[in-house]
Amino acid sequence: MNPLAFDFMQRALIAALLVGLAAPAVGVFLVQRRLSLMGDGIGHIALTGVALGFLLGTAPVLTAVIVASIGAVVIELVRQQGRTGGDVALALMFYGGIAGGVLLIGLSPGGSNANLLSYLFGSLTAVSPTDVVIISALSGALLLTLAVVGRQMFAVCHDEEYAKVAGLPVRTLNLLLAVMAALTVTVAMRVVGLLLVSALMVVPVATAQQLVRGFRATVVVALGAGVLASVSGVLGSYYADTAPGALIVVVALGCFALASVGGVLVRHRRRTTGDLLVAPTALTTTKEPTPR
Amino acid sequence: MTDAVIDLRGATVAYDGRVALSGVDLHVASREVVAVLGANGSGKSTLIRAVLGLVPLAAGDLALFGTPFSRFHDWTRIGYVPQRGGATTGVPATVREVVSTGRLALTGLRRPRAADRQAVDRAIATVGLSDRAGDSVSTLSGGQQQRVLIARALTCDPELLVLDEPTAGVDAASQAGLAETLGQLANGGATIVLVAHELGPMAPLITRAVTMVDGQVLHDGAPPDSDHLHLHDPEHAHPVHEPHPSTRHVWGLR
Repeated sequence: MNPLAFDFMQRALIAALLVGLAAPAVGVFLVQRRLSLMGDGIGHIALTGVALGFLLGTAPVLTAVIVASIGAVVIELVRQQGRTGGDVALALMFYGGIAGGVLLIGLSPGGSNANLLSYLFGSLTAVSPTDVVIISALSGALLLTLAVVGRQMFAVCHDEEYAKVAGLPVRTLNLLLAVMAALTVTVAMRVVGLLLVSALMVVPVATAQQLVRGFRATVVVALGAGVLASVSGVLGSYYADTAPGALIVVVALGCFALASVGGVLVRHRRRTTGDLLVAPTALTTTKEPTPR
Repeated sequence: MTDAVIDLRGATVAYDGRVALSGVDLHVASREVVAVLGANGSGKSTLIRAVLGLVPLAAGDLALFGTPFSRFHDWTRIGYVPQRGGATTGVPATVREVVSTGRLALTGLRRPRAADRQAVDRAIATVGLSDRAGDSVSTLSGGQQQRVLIARALTCDPELLVLDEPTAGVDAASQAGLAETLGQLANGGATIVLVAHELGPMAPLITRAVTMVDGQVLHDGAPPDSDHLHLHDPEHAHPVHEPHPSTRHVWGLR
């Protein structure tokens, strides 16, 4: 049976496409900052938000957005303080997020941990028409914001002190990135699940790094790898009847493994042909002909 | 004193209770080339970070180009070259991408135009890295990475250039290149403040030296005779040809 014949699969695929774009687009700045695990922490905190939605009888996505954003801002403020205790403070929030989620769902009427499972690992049938609207609006907003402030965000994540002397609004951009990471997590949680969303923010970026040299090139390849993983993961989980999050991450990791091998071959070839010593740009995507 | 580029008075800076600067005055007039000298921990880097507003003053006043710091927004007039180390991050970036960030003080949120790209290309050419513009910064040598940071600071044609240890871990040829570039900028009317352990080939450019000891200014006046700068101070001798230990690994090509 053609999976596209089902409404729920159409919705899941639209969501997968958008999430596959938005997650690496935001994730690349977290990786650049060496905060790869921040998405993970926000995912933990968002679980409390989901459970709060069940408890209050409101949309879990909405409460997750609010709680995750607050958590992300607190993480960023702790990071800005730069104290050595910041590391422990983050750990406390992560554990608190998971524990709070499980506790609150237990307290909510008719709630059980089974409710949480689809949020933890994603679900094909979970993406409602309302979810598609929310996911489209939020990922559209994320991508549009990055199109406007991407250059400044790059400068801040590359060298925060220099960005200050260039007069950029460093604190505001840092808080914006934290909120964008929180929105990405909540946007992606219906498809990938909260426990694995961080993988979709980080693994495609790591994959791109194996193959290309520049930041812009990394973003382009990472978006491609993200969409490939999320869409093929959703399609594959239809046939394999598994939670989509797991398959998406396995596909993403597979791409990373292939890219690593490819990267080693490319670098080996560079070394043996002596390109690095003579013509360092020979193997990049510049328009100059390769002298070989 | 209308031509004061930097006017710092009674600056005191403390990190976690430890005083790093104690009541320091620094006045720099237009077109001066000032070297801030001193041993590690003497407060020389803190001094220029205070000048740029990167560390808060516990006491004292700062004005840049005659404007009190709290009202100063004219960042395109300042080029800053931080200590190398932040040049590589979790995601590789090309020389052109890094240098382009220098132009953001001018472009703000608008998209870069042809003039902006030309300014970036010009800055890269000034430091002699045009043939490496598309390469990842992490593949460059220490001296070349330093030149990337200098190019980034030049993209807005700053009137004041502030450099923090621009010669640390940089080979003799790059030091000579740096001295030449700074000489051209000084001739063009730029004001330059640099922190250094040693002046090396930059010595002839320096019009004034400020020597820091224990967070205070020990000497402020004519630059020391460069031949004797380190000979009397064997503890701080740094042979020009010896890369800084922490950056030695970047010298070999991978």
